[in-house]
Amino acid sequence: MTTTGDIYWRRSRRLTFILIVFWLIVTFGFTWFARNINEIIIFGFPLGFYMAAQGALVIYLMIIWWYNRQMKKLDAEFGVEED
Amino acid sequence: MFASLSRLQRYYLYYTGCFLAFIGVLAVLEQHGMPPRWIGYAFLCFTISMYALIGIVCRTSDVSEYYVAGRRVPAFFNGMATGADWMSAASFIGLAGTLYLSGFQGLAYVIGWTGGFVLVALLLAPYLRRFGQYTIPDFLGARYGGNAIRLVAVAAAILASFVYVVAQIYGVGVITSRFVSLQFEIGVFVGLAGILVCSFLGGMRAVTWTQVAQYLILIVAYITPVAILSYNQTGNPVPQLVYGQVLQQVTQLEDRLFQNKDELDVRQLYRERADLYAQKIMQLPQSLSFERDQLSAQINQLKASDAQMKDIVALERQYRDLPHDPEQARARWESAMFSAAERSKPPIHHAEAFPGDTPEEQNIMRINFLALIFCLTVGTAALPHVLIRYYTTPTVRQARESVFWSLLFILLLYITAPAYAVFAKYEVLSHLAEIPIAKLPGWVAAWAKVGLVSIEDINADGILQLAELSLNPDVIVLATPEIAGMPYVVSGLVAAGGLAAALSTADGLLLTITSSLSHDVYYRIFRPDASTQFRLVISKSMLLVVAILAATVAAQKPGTILSMVSWAFSIAGSAFFPALVLGIFWERATREGALAGMLVGICLSIYYIIRVEFDSVPLLGISGFGMEPWFHIQSTSAGVFGVVAGFVTIILVSLMTRSDPRSANFLRAIRFRSGEEL
Repeated sequence: MTTTGDIYWRRSRRLTFILIVFWLIVTFGFTWFARNINEIIIFGFPLGFYMAAQGALVIYLMIIWWYNRQMKKLDAEFGVEED
Repeated sequence: MFASLSRLQRYYLYYTGCFLAFIGVLAVLEQHGMPPRWIGYAFLCFTISMYALIGIVCRTSDVSEYYVAGRRVPAFFNGMATGADWMSAASFIGLAGTLYLSGFQGLAYVIGWTGGFVLVALLLAPYLRRFGQYTIPDFLGARYGGNAIRLVAVAAAILASFVYVVAQIYGVGVITSRFVSLQFEIGVFVGLAGILVCSFLGGMRAVTWTQVAQYLILIVAYITPVAILSYNQTGNPVPQLVYGQVLQQVTQLEDRLFQNKDELDVRQLYRERADLYAQKIMQLPQSLSFERDQLSAQINQLKASDAQMKDIVALERQYRDLPHDPEQARARWESAMFSAAERSKPPIHHAEAFPGDTPEEQNIMRINFLALIFCLTVGTAALPHVLIRYYTTPTVRQARESVFWSLLFILLLYITAPAYAVFAKYEVLSHLAEIPIAKLPGWVAAWAKVGLVSIEDINADGILQLAELSLNPDVIVLATPEIAGMPYVVSGLVAAGGLAAALSTADGLLLTITSSLSHDVYYRIFRPDASTQFRLVISKSMLLVVAILAATVAAQKPGTILSMVSWAFSIAGSAFFPALVLGIFWERATREGALAGMLVGICLSIYYIIRVEFDSVPLLGISGFGMEPWFHIQSTSAGVFGVVAGFVTIILVSLMTRSDPRSANFLRAIRFRSGEEL
């Protein structure tokens, strides 16, 4: 038996999973190659340095923003609006 | 536009205006000859009385107000409060210095301490809020059932938080003693008073609103000096945007200086000194008695001749300062050897990632960098004092949004810290290196007096080589106002910011420890029938006891406190993260699994830290248990093993035990329904 709650949960879980994978790539994937991508210069910074000092941080903020946006939509669709 | 702001926003706007006006008045007074010491006092009094005022206005005797601020904190303000809660004395004062000293390698802290909030947002905050109780042990207790898991959680929360709170109070002592020239111990107890005025009367409610006020002060204090410095050096007051160009100049200066012949000579001299100490240590105890004999022979010789009295006195002092026994000699000479060896190493380019001579060395650096990021992110997502902040929002949606605001407010500081480091490095490379020691800028001498900067002209050429300069990491943020030639009022502002960072974090931590003891242990386990009045009395007395205990420990100036803080991340991460995440996302996780996983995680982390970091415990008379690190991973990243072991244990043990049918109901409630229905 599948309830509305189950569908809601499955969809929010899928969103969480995708974003966590993306987060892992940004956090550990890019960083792994920091030495190699340091050859590229962006805004005067070597790219590896830039990613660790600013780029990754801004991407983190965008991940959370996107998650909140999608969850708000999901909440509206399933009538979980609280206020 | 002003009318569209909420009442709270207007209050804090007035408050910020007040604070800026206060700084303006002090700046004018300084022009008219107000002495620096009084500026320090003025900042101390103004900020602490502000916090006290908020604490008194927010006093409460309601349990929900006391533990979770009545769940009425809007997302935006909860984000600010979390920012202050999160950014400790170490972030405010130490981080920029760490980045200065270790360049790219230090960025692991920047990534780790911000990346963790993605985990909080996606995996924890919404579910904790929907659950809607008071503490993290509450959540684990409700999910898995039983008091055993609650007790383990309480122990882990206290273990991780107590060291951390001691470090904050220690930081308060350092700041007050340096800027207001109070005695360290008195500074510690002034800090204690600053913490107690808000948390004692108003609990979480007062702490929250004070933290918002503290955030505003700390962020203004952090950004102002570096913005002015950036304007002076590049003509652009937004340091985060322009320090890329400065970094390029730094790299060019480094290229030129690192291969400089004098620099090479100086490093060679340090290498020889390190070798000398190594030899002396090898030949203990003969080398010590030899040194003693030699000195006394010299003294006698001088006495026999008609040498000046002050030379004899100097030599006699040297004689008295010799180590008393071989044990002491070994300890002292080893530290001298390490510091000389450290200085003899070729310097590293600031922007170079994973520096090392061979591919293997580079790989070790890379592994440690990633391991540290892992521990810091997971630890961030598991420190109870941060997680409980998400109980305080009115709704689940606001809890999600408040993580966004938290990260935004935290980002402002972490994005600035690397700029601090690069500007400071530019200053050192261009205005300190290769300059005659007599002509160094004034701030060097000023901070050398306090022992944060030290200069040793080892090759006696009267010129400063880079290897001859050693900086304490704290000096970068503290001295930037002077480097940029700003008036003392800016230094006072920085001190007030550091104080705000330390006090706000200490408040949050103390509250976590107290609520673990009074709510989880006393109320939930021993006296579930206690009246609400009595629960608050217990809470407040616990708070007093823990605070005084922490201040007493801090007043002893424990030397290793800063490294102990980084262990707190590993311990919290391996204790809470697997149990929380699997508890929310995996229905099959059982009580036995969680209990085993938490214990294995904590024990493995502590075991690894102890065996890698120490070789003996003189107090217990055990020694020789040190070991080689696994995969070259340093003890600060012990959590890598603890967290993985925690996950594996929970999964294996859960699969072997029978699952509790009640967990399905619990999960359905926190995954879908709103908090009010629970």
